[in-house]
Amino acid sequence: MAEGFVRQLTVFIENRVGTLEEVAKVLKENEINIYSISLADTSEYGLLRMIVSDPDKGSSILKGSGFSARTTDVVAVRLENKVGTLASLFGTLSEAGIGIEYMYAMATSTVGAMILKTSDGAKAVEVLKTAGFGLLDEAGMFDLK
Amino acid sequence: MRYGANHAPERGTMIWNETKECMSRDEMTALQSARLVKQVNHVYHNVEFYRKKMQEVGLEPGDIRGLEDIEKLPFTTKADLRDNYPFGLFAVPKSEIVRIHASSGTTGKATVVGYTRRDLDTWAESVARCITMAGLGRDDTIQVAYGYGLFTGGLGAHYGAECVGATVVPQSTGNTKKLVTMMVDFGVTGIMCTPSYLLHIAEVVKEMGVESQIKLKSAICGAEPWTEKMRLQIEEQLHISAHDIYGLSETMGPGVACDCQYHKGLHIWEDYYLPEIVDKDTFKHVADGETGELVLTNLQKEGMPLIRYRTKDLTSITHEKCECGRTSARISRFKGRTDDMLIIRGVNVFPSQIETALLEAGGVTPQYQIIVDRVNNLDTLEVLVEMEESSFSDEVKEIEALNKRVAHAIQQMIGLAVKVKLVAPKTLERSMGKAVRVIDNRKFD
Repeated sequence: MAEGFVRQLTVFIENRVGTLEEVAKVLKENEINIYSISLADTSEYGLLRMIVSDPDKGSSILKGSGFSARTTDVVAVRLENKVGTLASLFGTLSEAGIGIEYMYAMATSTVGAMILKTSDGAKAVEVLKTAGFGLLDEAGMFDLK
Repeated sequence: MRYGANHAPERGTMIWNETKECMSRDEMTALQSARLVKQVNHVYHNVEFYRKKMQEVGLEPGDIRGLEDIEKLPFTTKADLRDNYPFGLFAVPKSEIVRIHASSGTTGKATVVGYTRRDLDTWAESVARCITMAGLGRDDTIQVAYGYGLFTGGLGAHYGAECVGATVVPQSTGNTKKLVTMMVDFGVTGIMCTPSYLLHIAEVVKEMGVESQIKLKSAICGAEPWTEKMRLQIEEQLHISAHDIYGLSETMGPGVACDCQYHKGLHIWEDYYLPEIVDKDTFKHVADGETGELVLTNLQKEGMPLIRYRTKDLTSITHEKCECGRTSARISRFKGRTDDMLIIRGVNVFPSQIETALLEAGGVTPQYQIIVDRVNNLDTLEVLVEMEESSFSDEVKEIEALNKRVAHAIQQMIGLAVKVKLVAPKTLERSMGKAVRVIDNRKFD
């Protein structure tokens, strides 16, 4: 995994009652903590995107339980709790011609961050660093506990 | 004049060809025997496939002296038609063939049928008898709302309707509002289409508020399985008489059999299509009234006669004289099929076609489940497909693209719009190591 990225765990969710519970249960039984979660839904299915304490393990145990799961590199940008932070983040990306595929927020008692999948991950990392944004890495994630 | 289930026809029974339709059993048996002997000679001398097949079981044309010898002859199946694609079963020189029809096959290879000029006349006569049976004739205006083309429904109905001298409107399928407008403006009195499409038309008639303006009195529906309940529903909604027409492209097209105003089974035109009902396991004849597979022999067809063709349709037969006066044998409404073919919106669909399409599309496993239902009287087709692990993406648009690609591949293969639903790998139900491929929620009883 390249520097500046964290791995996101993505799970395919069939549109029926109880699927989300099954995923959460499998993660719980394997002592995997969920830091952030987002559900993209269509009429037929959903994509559950998560930042978890152990994405590789999460992916393999979910596959073993009959789910479609994979990990993807995403950028986790630390956000200060003040007016204008998001505007500045989006401004930095759009000036560099980088589009956002999807995003969701992550907030713990100590840190707020935006999880981003962009059209050009490496470039995003570069311009965000240059602009002075703090990027979380996976080692840093463990401190969130 | 209108009549329906609750308004028994006041006029006498109309019969197109009384000589053939009301023939005594003795005369019919003699006619069938003579035609069978002639037909066996024709195919033995002109079609290598039949000659070889008969020689394999030590048969010569002379061994078939009449109807009593029919069971000696080998069966012909759909696989034989495919194996002899395209013209291997034609029994006349190509110059005698004036028309070709084709239906989709299980592996994308079509089943091809060729007709001589006399075959087209025989076909038109078959359909003409059905149309007359439904109380329609030269004074009527008939809309043909089957698809025109390689499918035998459109042109088969068309020529039959012209044969009785009706005014024919070759509507085909598609714009239903336009169809209804013309039905009103042209004073249409008869319609030929699939039963599910007719129920859809009935709804559009209601929506457009023209119920009191239509002059429809009779409908002849077929090309897909339907129930007696659905037939009564059509009669009630449109205040017409609805008739069930049977046929299959291999043996000619629509018009093999049809039910009269008493609706007690379908009169089969035995002088053209010799019916046998065989046990689905032993292939021996079963008694009248017992259910078995319908086997048909073309007694009059020249271009591509089929001998003992296994239709895979399950039915029973009766030789009792009907209240309408006809003596022709009657087959019961169909009780199912012996193979896995589905008939969806009049189109033959084999599950294996879906499998082929999935392999072509890629990105998904060949595991699938077909769910057929009938919503608002129209058949719906949904296919559940397992994604391959490698094609699973964290982005919705990637999965949507895969979904579209798979739907397109299936549509190209079977010619029907389909709803594809992607599921996670290894999730489709399997029983006894074999997947449950088809769930048909339509009710035909």
